[in-house]
Amino acid sequence: MIVRTTAWSAGPGCHGGCGVLAHIEDGKLVKIEGDPDHPINRGRLCARCLAMTQYVDHPERLRSPRKRVGERGENKWVDISWEEAYDLIEEKMGNIREEYGPESMVFSMGTGRDVGAWICLLAYNYGSPNVMFALSGIGCYSPRIAASETVLGDYCVFDGGQWLPKGHDDPRYEVPETIVIWGYNINASCPDNIFGHWVTDLMKKGSKVICIDPRLSFFASRADKWLQLRPGTDGALAMGFLNVLINEGLYDRAFVEKWTNAPHLIRSDTGTLLRASDLIAGGSPDDFVVWDTVSGAPVIWDSANQEFRSPGVAPALEIPADQCAVHLADESSVPVKTVWSTFCAEVAKYPVDRVAKITWLKPEDIIEAARLYANSKPATIQWGVAIDMTPAITPTSMAIAALWCITGNLDTPGGQVIARPAFGAVAYALPGQRGPIKLPDMESDKTRIARDRYGVLSEFIWRAQTDVTLEQIFTGKPYPVKGMWIQACNLIGGIGYDPKRWVKALKKLDFVCVVDTFMTPTAELADIVLPAATFLEKDGIRSWWTPLESIVKAMEVDGCRPDNEINFELAKRFNPDIKWANLHELLDEIVSPSGMTFDELAERGWELPPDGDPSAPYLRHERGLLRPDGKPGFKTPSGKMELYSVLRERWGFEPLPHHEEPPFSPVSSPELYEQYPLILSTGRRSPVYFNSEHRNIPWLREVDPDPVVELHPETGASLGIGDGEWVWIENMFGKCRLKAKLTPIVPRWMASATHGWWYPEHEGAEPSLRGVWDSSTNQLLPMGYQGKDGLGTHAKCTLCKVYRAHTAPPGAYALPGGGVIGGATSTAATGAGPAPGHAARRGGVSTGSGKEA
Amino acid sequence: MVTKRKAKAPECGLLIDYEYCTGCYACQVACAQEHHWPAGMGGIRVQEVVQALPNDRAYLAFIPFPTELCVLCAARTRKGLQPACVQHCMAACMKYGKIEDLVKEMTKPRMVLWAPRA
Repeated sequence: MIVRTTAWSAGPGCHGGCGVLAHIEDGKLVKIEGDPDHPINRGRLCARCLAMTQYVDHPERLRSPRKRVGERGENKWVDISWEEAYDLIEEKMGNIREEYGPESMVFSMGTGRDVGAWICLLAYNYGSPNVMFALSGIGCYSPRIAASETVLGDYCVFDGGQWLPKGHDDPRYEVPETIVIWGYNINASCPDNIFGHWVTDLMKKGSKVICIDPRLSFFASRADKWLQLRPGTDGALAMGFLNVLINEGLYDRAFVEKWTNAPHLIRSDTGTLLRASDLIAGGSPDDFVVWDTVSGAPVIWDSANQEFRSPGVAPALEIPADQCAVHLADESSVPVKTVWSTFCAEVAKYPVDRVAKITWLKPEDIIEAARLYANSKPATIQWGVAIDMTPAITPTSMAIAALWCITGNLDTPGGQVIARPAFGAVAYALPGQRGPIKLPDMESDKTRIARDRYGVLSEFIWRAQTDVTLEQIFTGKPYPVKGMWIQACNLIGGIGYDPKRWVKALKKLDFVCVVDTFMTPTAELADIVLPAATFLEKDGIRSWWTPLESIVKAMEVDGCRPDNEINFELAKRFNPDIKWANLHELLDEIVSPSGMTFDELAERGWELPPDGDPSAPYLRHERGLLRPDGKPGFKTPSGKMELYSVLRERWGFEPLPHHEEPPFSPVSSPELYEQYPLILSTGRRSPVYFNSEHRNIPWLREVDPDPVVELHPETGASLGIGDGEWVWIENMFGKCRLKAKLTPIVPRWMASATHGWWYPEHEGAEPSLRGVWDSSTNQLLPMGYQGKDGLGTHAKCTLCKVYRAHTAPPGAYALPGGGVIGGATSTAATGAGPAPGHAARRGGVSTGSGKEA
Repeated sequence: MVTKRKAKAPECGLLIDYEYCTGCYACQVACAQEHHWPAGMGGIRVQEVVQALPNDRAYLAFIPFPTELCVLCAARTRKGLQPACVQHCMAACMKYGKIEDLVKEMTKPRMVLWAPRA
C-alpha cells in the first residue's frame, strides 16, 4: 500500500510541506519517497525524511505513557496506560487551575511544529493564554513576521513560484534576476516553510545571488556578490543599502508616493505623526495629513475610507522650507516635515563608509551589492533566522521590508510575495492570524505574560514572552507559574538558553508534562511523559502559506498517539462545552474557508488558492485584496506601507528602522572582547538534523557524528588547535566542549558552533541528562537580553574564547562495526560509549522486506 | 604469467553537475534506505571539498561519489524508475543514463561523469 501524505514536524522535524509516498506493508513503513506530483518538492526528499524508517521503528522510541517514580531527573519511570495518564494530568492540572488560576500553567512548544495549533487547543480550552515559544526573545520567525505585519499589514516571502500550479513554468511567473540570501543557509533545513532548493532551481535558470553571511555557504561560494558581514550588524547593512538606493535614485518613486506613508506629515515639535485631530476640531486621531502641492495646503488622509478629504490632491514627498508650517486646531502653528524627509534623514546617518566600519565589509562591496539588487527586475530577498537573532530585530526587519517595497518588488512575479495561509485557512496562528482555535474570551488573554509590557504581543504575537516567563517562575510575580506542558519542545537540550536555569525552573514547578517521540534531556525532568506519533501516524492539516495540504494517517505505532488527538481529548476534559464533537469536526472547520471538508482535501492531497483569492498573488494591494474593506492598500493603520510605523509610535518604540549593536560585541563590550576575542555564532545548520533532533538516527548521525565548531585554520594554528581536536568554547556565561573543524569557510575572527547537541545514547539521569552539559552551546547564552520590544536575541552574535580540551566528551559516538568517530581518547571512548550491540541494533534495518542487514 | 583481464565497458553511469550539489546528503540516505544498508555503508558518499583560493577566497564544493556498493539501482531502472539517489537529489543535479548520452550532456563546466560498474 502506498499512502500519499504531507511531511511536517515529528519525523523530519522541519517546517514541512513536502509531499511523500509512504510504502506500508503489514502496517509497517518499509520505504518513503518524494511525491513526484507534489508542487513543493516534485519528487525530491531530504535526508531526514528519507530516514523515517529508522525513526518510526526506532528501538528507543517512546511507546507508552510513563510516570515518574523517583525524583525529577533520576530517570526512574513506570509505564502507565493512556487512561491513567489522562486522569493524572486532569487531576494535576485541574488542581493548579483551581488553586492558582489557569494562567499558572504555561504551554511550551518548539519551532514551527504542527503542534502549534494543538497546543493552543489545549491551553485555550484549559483557559490559559500562556502559550510559549521557548526561545529567548521569541527569536525565530515570529519577530520577522510581526515586524512585517507592523509596517506592511502582511508578511512576505521570496517568490519561488509556489503559488502557481505550474511553478516556474507558469506564464505568470518571472524568474528573479537577483535573489538575496540573507542570513540563511536555506538548503540545509528548509526553514520558514520555504523549500530551500527552489533557490538552486532558480540559479540554474539564471538568477544571480547576493549572499549575506559571515560563513562561506553553498550560496556564498556561487554568489555574484558575497557580503561576509560581522554577525549582528544586519540592520546597519540594510540601512547602508537604503542609503545607496536613495542617494543614487535607484528606487521606485511612484511606488513610494502612492503606496507608502512617505507623504504623511510629522510634527517637528513632538517628532510624531501629524493627525487630523491636531489639525481640526473633531478630527480623527487615526487620520493623517499630507501637504498638497496643488493647493499649497495641508489635506487630511482619511484612513478608514482610504481617500483624501478633497479631490485632486498631489501630496508632496518633500516640502519646501518656506511652506513647512501648518496651523493647528488650537490656533498654534507647528513646523512639519514629511515621513519621507524624516526617513531619508535617518538613512543619511548610515553613509557607506560608516556602514563598512560597523559591518567589517568593504564600502565598494556594499555599493555594488545595493546597485545589483536595485537594478535587477524582479529582485527578491529571502531572509533567515539570523535576522531574528539580533536584538534589534524589528528595526532591522523594517529596513529590509523598506528595501523590497521602495524598489517596487512588492507582490510582483519573481519578487517579494505577500504570504498568507492558503484560502485563509489558519491551522497554526502565526503573528497576525486568528484561526478557529481561540480563548473563550479576550478577557482571559489579559493575564498573558508580558502582553502589556510589549505592544507587539498584544497586537500580533499571541505568545507569552519567554524571558519574562522564566523570571516569573522564580519571582511568582505578578502571579505564580505552577506547571508546564511541554510538547514537541526540547527546552533543556535544544531551545532554552541558560539551560541550567531552566532545569531549576522546571524543578520549582508542581507539575511538568512532556509530549515527545523520544526521551530528551527535557523529558527526563517531567512527571509524566506521553509518547507522540510521527506525521505518518496522524491526520492533520498544513496551511503554512501554500498550498493547503492534508496530512493523513498512513500507519500506527503501538502505544503512540498523535499530538492533536492527545490535546483534543484533554481539551474536552478541561472544557466539556468544547465546540467540536471530535477532532475531525475541528479539522473540517479549519479547512472550511477552502470550501472543502477535511476528507475532500485529503482526497486531493493539496490545493492551491485560485487567482483572485486574497491568499494568491500578485499585486493584491492594487486589486483591493488585502484589506477587510476591499479597498486598495494595506492592512495597516494608515492603509499604506509605513516607512514610519504608526504602531511602533503608539507602542513607544522608534518608528523608523535603524541599527543597534548586540549586547556582547567588539563595539558594545570592548572589555569583554579583550577577554573573549572571537565572535561566537551558534546554530549553523546541518542538513541532516533539525535543531536538537535526530542524533539517534544512524543514517543521519553518520553524516554529522559530532558537535562541531568551525574555526579558520590560522585561528586554529594561533591557538594551538589541530583539526578534529576537542576544544572548550567559553565565555562569561559558561562553556561547552565541541570538536574543532579547521576550515577557511569561516572568517578568522569567528567561531561557528553547531547547536542543539546532546547525546541520546548517554545516561538519562542527572547529572548527565543525556550528555547535555557536554556540548550544549546554549550554556554560553544568557536569557533576558531580548530586544527593547521583547523580540530578538543574540545566538549568532556573542563572544567567546576557544582552547584545547585534551579529552573528548565521555562516550564519543560509536559507528556500527566498532569504528569510533571523534575520540581523542578513542580506547576510553569505545569503552564508555554505547555497547556494540546497541549501536549495531540501531544501525540495522528497522523495518521491512528485502535484504537483511 | 600475467594475463590481462578484459574489463567489460560500462554502459550506464551518473552525471553529476557539482556546481549545484548543496551537500544535502539526500542521495546518501536514499541509497541506504533503498538497499537497506546499515549506517557506515552505502552506494554513494557525499564528499566536501573546500579549496582555498588566492586573495583569501575559498570555494565550497560537494561531490557525490558512487562507492563499491553502487549497483546503479538496477532493480529500479529495470522498472523505468530513476535510481534512488537521482530521484531524491534535492538540487536535481544528478542524472542517470547511458554513458554515450550523458557525455553529450556535459555542456558546462563543473560536471563529472561516474561509471561505477559495468
